[in-house]
Amino acid sequence: MAAEPVREASRARGFFGRLRAGDQAATLITATFASSVLVLTALLVYELFHGSALSRDKFGWAFLFTKIWDPVAGEFGALPFIYGTLATSALALAMAVPLGLGAAVFLSELAPPRISDALTFVIELLAAVPSVIYGLLGVFILVPLMRQAGAPYGVGVFTASVVLAVMILPFIVSISREALLAVPREQREAALALGATHWESTWQVVIPFARLGIIGSVFLALARALGETMAVTMVIGNDPKIHASLLAPGYTIAAVIANEFTEATADLHLSALIELGLVLFFLTMLLNGIARLLILSTTRRGTAQ
Amino acid sequence: MNRRKIVNTVMFGITGLCALLTVSVLFFILGYLLWYGGRSLSWSFLTQLPKPPGEAGGGMANAIVGTGKLLLLTVLMGVPAGFVAGVYLSEFGSGSFPAVVRYTADLLNGVPSIVIGIFAYALVVMPMRHFSALAGAVALSMMVIPITMRTTEQFLRAVPQSLREAALALGANKWQTVATVVIPAGFRGILTGTILGVARVAGETAPLLFTSFGNQYWSSGFNQPTASLPVMIFTFAVSPYDDWHRQAWAAALVLLALMLTANVAARLVFSPKVTQNG
Repeated sequence: MAAEPVREASRARGFFGRLRAGDQAATLITATFASSVLVLTALLVYELFHGSALSRDKFGWAFLFTKIWDPVAGEFGALPFIYGTLATSALALAMAVPLGLGAAVFLSELAPPRISDALTFVIELLAAVPSVIYGLLGVFILVPLMRQAGAPYGVGVFTASVVLAVMILPFIVSISREALLAVPREQREAALALGATHWESTWQVVIPFARLGIIGSVFLALARALGETMAVTMVIGNDPKIHASLLAPGYTIAAVIANEFTEATADLHLSALIELGLVLFFLTMLLNGIARLLILSTTRRGTAQ
Repeated sequence: MNRRKIVNTVMFGITGLCALLTVSVLFFILGYLLWYGGRSLSWSFLTQLPKPPGEAGGGMANAIVGTGKLLLLTVLMGVPAGFVAGVYLSEFGSGSFPAVVRYTADLLNGVPSIVIGIFAYALVVMPMRHFSALAGAVALSMMVIPITMRTTEQFLRAVPQSLREAALALGANKWQTVATVVIPAGFRGILTGTILGVARVAGETAPLLFTSFGNQYWSSGFNQPTASLPVMIFTFAVSPYDDWHRQAWAAALVLLALMLTANVAARLVFSPKVTQNG
């Protein structure tokens, strides 16, 4: 009889002990999966560095400033692709930012909440359309239109920019809209109370207040545009030269990787393509890093007030 | 005074036009796909193999099944890993480690898909010396992990603290609380986010170009080059054959219908308050 409570207690301790160990095990297991993200990212960087070693050793930094891309002669320079990538992205931003910001202002300031939500839903569906479908529409709808409008080939840097602009539009609209909605009501009311019209309060108070989030959305869109592959590959014309005209064909980093990777038989060619991937990786990392910090800073301020 | 009112009206009118233009793009896309794709869509498209150029008819049954296979593997590999990692971020994380993981996940989410393709090529295709569905699924999983992780975290965080406290007060341990109370409470949102994430990678072409590659025939198992709808659309669209162009339109219609169904269903049926921001 006397032994009974003791055994009970020890059994209880064992049970709770196991439970506590269960907590530790759960923490350990979930933490392992969480750190897999770090491992994968590190592995990604390593593979890019490792795979591009041959090309980096041979060309050094000159790789970035050389205009010649000639797989047959074994000469590789990234400049035409860097130019094409930056030109298409910059043009796409020039078209998409005013349009996207205008739409975001309408959705956050003017439209009634129900209509605004419905329209935002439709716009976000645009972000779900696969890029190869944008490319298909680009090839068969936009390219003939451009040719009719007087572009010599139809395909080219400008055509690619138009397709890119449509593709990044949903990101600009939905993130800018959220930044605008996070602006405190008091800010608008103060401006209106001072006699400003609705537009003046929007333009002079609300937009400046949300500017970090808006800029963040632009950076995010830019990062998307730089890395976009399929749609651009299909409509840019794939010509590794720098032409003065924006209507002429060009080439982007992502497009050349997509087109030549499986056909690269020489080790140096493959290595040069992987180095292009490395360049693209660092470009987008930089922009994404900045964008995340900007968006984070606005949402934090928005919730604090 | 009057001028200011005119400016007010005009400027808001312009923003309205911007919104209208943006929204109308989706309807343009839908319209063109229904018009061109609908004419080429037929029963044989869904059930037959592609025909060589010059022969009429044929379909993309192998690509439809191939996309299904790729997604199956992705759901088996990427989604559980992302989910468990998300549980850590929301429930078990402490110190600065979760912040580092979160930021890295966001950066990984922003890596261009073509670069992910190179990675999967180096990781799977090079050692195995051939293209395979497995390699494609590794690439897609790489993209799905950060998405699933962040949505899981987001929806678990939205579960009220009082629920956790109630479970703990009843004597449950932390992992019991998480497993039996917190995760079920956040499940609908997580499911929605996961469907959206999988739908997003389902349309990816770039990471599949040199991982799962493509195939004009059926592929058995997961260890062979495998056809997929997005890659097939690309190959057929840039080919010089009219018949292949028609097939590409039909395939695009099928793919878009799948994506939009998944998106609308996930949001309307499960949880409407999910957004898909990068």
